[in-house]
Amino acid sequence: MNDSISGKQACKLSSNQIITGKWKKTQYEIIRELGCGATGSVYLARSARGLSALKISDDSMAITSEVNVLRQISRVQGPSLGPHFYETDDFASPRGILAFYTMEYIKGTPFLAFVRGRGPEWAGILTVQLLKDLHFLHKQGWIFGDLKPENLLAGEAPYHIRWIDPGGITKEGRSIKEYTEFFDRGYWGLGDRKAEASYDLFSVSMLLINTAYPGRFEKTQEKGTERLLEKTRDSERLVPFLPVIRKGLEGRYSNALEMREELLLLLQGASFRNVAAGRGATQKRMSPVSRQKRRQAAQVYAPGAKKVSRWSGVLETMVAASFLLILYILYLVGQTV
Amino acid sequence: MSRGTLRQVLLITDGYSNAGEDPVAIAALAKEEGLSVNVIGIVEEEEMSERGIEEIRDIAASGGGVSQIVYAKQLSQTVQMVTKKAMSQTIYGVVNRELQQILGSDKELEDLAPEKRGQLMEVVEDLGETMDLDIVILVDTSASMKNKLPMVQEALIDLSVSLRSRNGTNNFTLYSFPGKRSDTDKLISWTTSFETLSGAFKKIAVSGVTPTGPAIQEAIRIFRKRAKKKGPGEDERFDLRETGM
Repeated sequence: MNDSISGKQACKLSSNQIITGKWKKTQYEIIRELGCGATGSVYLARSARGLSALKISDDSMAITSEVNVLRQISRVQGPSLGPHFYETDDFASPRGILAFYTMEYIKGTPFLAFVRGRGPEWAGILTVQLLKDLHFLHKQGWIFGDLKPENLLAGEAPYHIRWIDPGGITKEGRSIKEYTEFFDRGYWGLGDRKAEASYDLFSVSMLLINTAYPGRFEKTQEKGTERLLEKTRDSERLVPFLPVIRKGLEGRYSNALEMREELLLLLQGASFRNVAAGRGATQKRMSPVSRQKRRQAAQVYAPGAKKVSRWSGVLETMVAASFLLILYILYLVGQTV
Repeated sequence: MSRGTLRQVLLITDGYSNAGEDPVAIAALAKEEGLSVNVIGIVEEEEMSERGIEEIRDIAASGGGVSQIVYAKQLSQTVQMVTKKAMSQTIYGVVNRELQQILGSDKELEDLAPEKRGQLMEVVEDLGETMDLDIVILVDTSASMKNKLPMVQEALIDLSVSLRSRNGTNNFTLYSFPGKRSDTDKLISWTTSFETLSGAFKKIAVSGVTPTGPAIQEAIRIFRKRAKKKGPGEDERFDLRETGM
């Protein structure tokens, strides 16, 4: 939504402003704005319990709905990569009642900025982490919905991906609550907006594509898959991911774990080096993978590497053969003497 | 068992009305009929007058609906957002009135503690997902809209994609205003999906007048006619007792 014309400034708070909850009387000091979405603004706030992220909106229904989601997700035992929910309340502003809630403030670098700063191999690694969490979320009956780099942060070291905006999280089987066109399969004409695992996995493919096209691009008259695969092939960085991206776009993964496994295999293979090509330092930072596994993957995914190994094999045989030949000649010479 | 039907009018326009009755008044009438009137104003680089924007807000306010002003490019996402928000708002409003009757007080949902509100919101969302939805779509086809119509068409197909993902059934009908000889022209009669939309706007003759008020009036007539066809009982605004509240 465009703020300048949709009148979303209604809930703009200023730094140092003190907000007191109508029901629980907790006082929050607004430090600065963290972001502004379709349904409201998020601020960094300080209260007696410490720092928190405070989301406030004049749309009390939307706030209530997000609180419901956060509560139910927090209730489930297990590793959630989302923010922990703190509390919800109303704020009587001079312009009317605004609803807000507070959650854990997650420090970190936005997904795209992190990948840009630390190297493209991180795109794959963070995505593998994300897929594991998505699988967990899906198993609880929730679909993330509005999956995009703006909603993902790489937390502080040890770097791990976390998500920050619950606005799009939808119960499985319902229609997606909130989405962004570039990451939405409906926009590309590649499916509906029913909340199911494959909806999120489509967005994961688009997330990978987005790392190569930070400015994104629009649909054309061309068929959705054609356009997206063409863009993938055009990017040197994306080519190694093509099989996974394609299956994600076509909705052929039945769950996030399946996509994670295949992506992991790609990352362990030669494609990892391709992806990191031109970054000398990255080799050292590679996670330790057993050499044999890496060679296997190289043979599967890099026909170029396969050719090299075949030639080195021939060379080895020739060296061994000539060595034997020399020994034989020496033996013959010895005998004749 | 029927859970009842939500009835919406979706008005897409780019400016101030200049013919017929006051649209704000007709929207108030529509609300009395149990409809909600939602308005989307399309602008191209700040071209809309204050007066036009004000009218759009006023129509939605008196029609019990939602309004939004957008650039043509953002139309698709806005149309589906406004429609869904309007559905929740209508259900929320009914739940609110029902509560007031039960509690016998003049308390609003906003006076409920946020915890209680959360439980109600779940019911609202459940209903929004499962209730049937009838939408009369009114598209302004005055001269200034001409180059925006392809985007309107795309947005309506997109709306159909979104609504198809719900569990309840959806029915749409599409009208343009002004029409060739009358205030409105029917472009598409009641249908469950908009995949057949292509070409619907081709036969439109653009004109200088914008009879927004008469168009909303036509929408009221369309819903009345539909209610008669469906027979009594079916057209009642949904009854919360049926939904287990």
